[in-house]
Amino acid sequence: MKDTQMTKTIKGIAAPLPLANVDTDVIMPKRFLITITREGLADGTFADLRFDNAGQQRPEFILNNAPWTQATILVVGDNFGCGSSREHAVWGMRQLGIRACIGTGFAGIFYDNARKNGLALPVVSPETRDALLQFAGNTSGAEISIDLDSRTITAGEISVPFEMGDATRTSLIRGRDDTLDSLEHAGAIRDFEAGLEHRMRVSVIK
Amino acid sequence: MSRTLYDKLVDAHKVCDLPDGDILVYVDFHIMNEYTSPQAFSGLDAKRLGVWRPEAHLAVVDHVNATRSREPHDAASKLLIDNLEANCTKHGIAFYGLGDRRQGIEHVVVPEQGLVAPGMLIACGDSHTTTYGAFGALGFGIGTSEVEHVLATQTLRYKRMKTMRVTVEGDTAPGVTAKDIIMKVVQVVGAGGANGYAVEFAGSAIRGLDMAGRMTVCNMAVELGARAALIAADEITEAALKGHSHSGQFAFKGESWVSGPEAVFDEEFTISGADIEPLITWGTSPDQSVPITANIPSALDYVSPKAKAALERSLQYMGLTEGQSAQSIKIDTAFIGSCTNSRIEDLREAAKILEGRQVAEGVEAIVVPGSAMTRIKAEAEGLRGIFETAGFEWRPEAGCSMCLAMNDDIAMDGERIASSTNRNFEGRQGRGARTHLMSPAMVAAAAVAGHLADVRDFK
Ligand code: SF4
Repeated sequence: MKDTQMTKTIKGIAAPLPLANVDTDVIMPKRFLITITREGLADGTFADLRFDNAGQQRPEFILNNAPWTQATILVVGDNFGCGSSREHAVWGMRQLGIRACIGTGFAGIFYDNARKNGLALPVVSPETRDALLQFAGNTSGAEISIDLDSRTITAGEISVPFEMGDATRTSLIRGRDDTLDSLEHAGAIRDFEAGLEHRMRVSVIK
Repeated sequence: MSRTLYDKLVDAHKVCDLPDGDILVYVDFHIMNEYTSPQAFSGLDAKRLGVWRPEAHLAVVDHVNATRSREPHDAASKLLIDNLEANCTKHGIAFYGLGDRRQGIEHVVVPEQGLVAPGMLIACGDSHTTTYGAFGALGFGIGTSEVEHVLATQTLRYKRMKTMRVTVEGDTAPGVTAKDIIMKVVQVVGAGGANGYAVEFAGSAIRGLDMAGRMTVCNMAVELGARAALIAADEITEAALKGHSHSGQFAFKGESWVSGPEAVFDEEFTISGADIEPLITWGTSPDQSVPITANIPSALDYVSPKAKAALERSLQYMGLTEGQSAQSIKIDTAFIGSCTNSRIEDLREAAKILEGRQVAEGVEAIVVPGSAMTRIKAEAEGLRGIFETAGFEWRPEAGCSMCLAMNDDIAMDGERIASSTNRNFEGRQGRGARTHLMSPAMVAAAAVAGHLADVRDFK
């Protein structure tokens, strides 16, 4: 991966989304999952929060209001991304222009899906999250900056560290392809398989 | 050194260390469905990659298919089903499609076919893959990019989880089922309380469960945020492995698939079996539950303004008043199905309640067997007759159906459902639909009463 494609800092307007347990069905309702491609999911993202039954924008939803229509970062409630494994939730958020979600903890599969798609999920303490929620709710449109290299979030006067595993951080910075990377270990995979007895190898009856 | 069952499983599947602390783990068996796999196959095509070991994968149709008939209900779902079949044919992967006697919900089909054994590592593009922990196997859900990864390499990049043990000790009272046990655990540990953890279930109340019950427990462990759920293999597991199509083809001998006696867990919870009552959820998160004999919480029960606001939001969505009794909640629909509770054992439990009784007027009651084989067995046992005589609609095809409403079983705005499923999220069973989770026997009781009811009153 060329240096020019490295992402070390994510900077932008942040929107507060304080609801706890926002599940992947809220992020990407199931009616948008009847598809065989990754594309065209921006409109489905948060669809039932953004639009009413008639398809009109809900004025009370944060992302429908300036300056948060421009938001690229979300500050979210506890246990964001729980529920199903659908990666469509992450694809849709990226297509909507979201590059990071700051929260206190994320559901495991959602976290892994995010990393595969360049969506950063910095984990902070509940106090920091609440402070950032407040900052993001400020209508001035001030930006939040997430420095992946030093693992620091800066928002006005606030400057705080966040948690993120090394592998995830490298992945986000370099934007690597895990499938191709792992195939570099093809020899080790073959060796492992050679060590399995016949009865330890699944062979599904067609 | 005494290792936990989880650590034994991870160690046994480690291919190599990776830079930055992740490891590469070998996937013994991988299952796919029609909605989280298409983009994985197109990813392979784009990278000009093949499937590493096609015989180690199985694809089933379960999420989008209609269950009223074998024909897909619309063109879009037909496209997904046909796409999966074409991808499997192209890559030489086993495909259990509509009309196949082995078709059904993935997590019902796999144990039924004898495709899970203690010591295995199993992945699937579905969060409820934790189900296989009931057999002492490490099962976990993955996203579509990881489906692509496992197809191409038969491995996954993996980060070792922290470990948690939940011990449920002591007998449970009559009427209390595996569903109530896991709903109680979710209530105690909290939704997301086990994010980042692999959870092992232990204690006499767990060991006393049959395999169907253990699967129900491990299945819903994902509602805690657990990335893996495990129950040590024992004689009950051994007995369950016999007699299936795939049994005897593979076995992971040489390890005893239990935690060492001195193994230390990062986190421990203990629940007394005697403290568990039949539960129902009243809110929009699986941890918002109360005993069927209790009342819905009121704002007075909470101190923090945040909790009060969350309560208010849930109650508003659910159309309930704070403090009202659980049994005063009238239902429109009763649904028995899903990978949590649609096995033959679940249908038998519900049928016991329904025998000689009638579904209340105005209640629409539906039962969708988890697999074609479950349906055939249930019909042979006469369960279908019991359900139909009571006024339940018996679906001829297996699938997820109203568990997530991706087919044509979509609940209406405001419709209230007593449901044997696993998630009561806003909109899960249809936009604006109101879900109350409970055991299949409790769904049957609610169907008869017309409102949420205590299964113990149905002797
Ligand atoms: S039955 Fe429900 S929870 Fe289970 S796999 Fe199907 S949709 Fe998912």
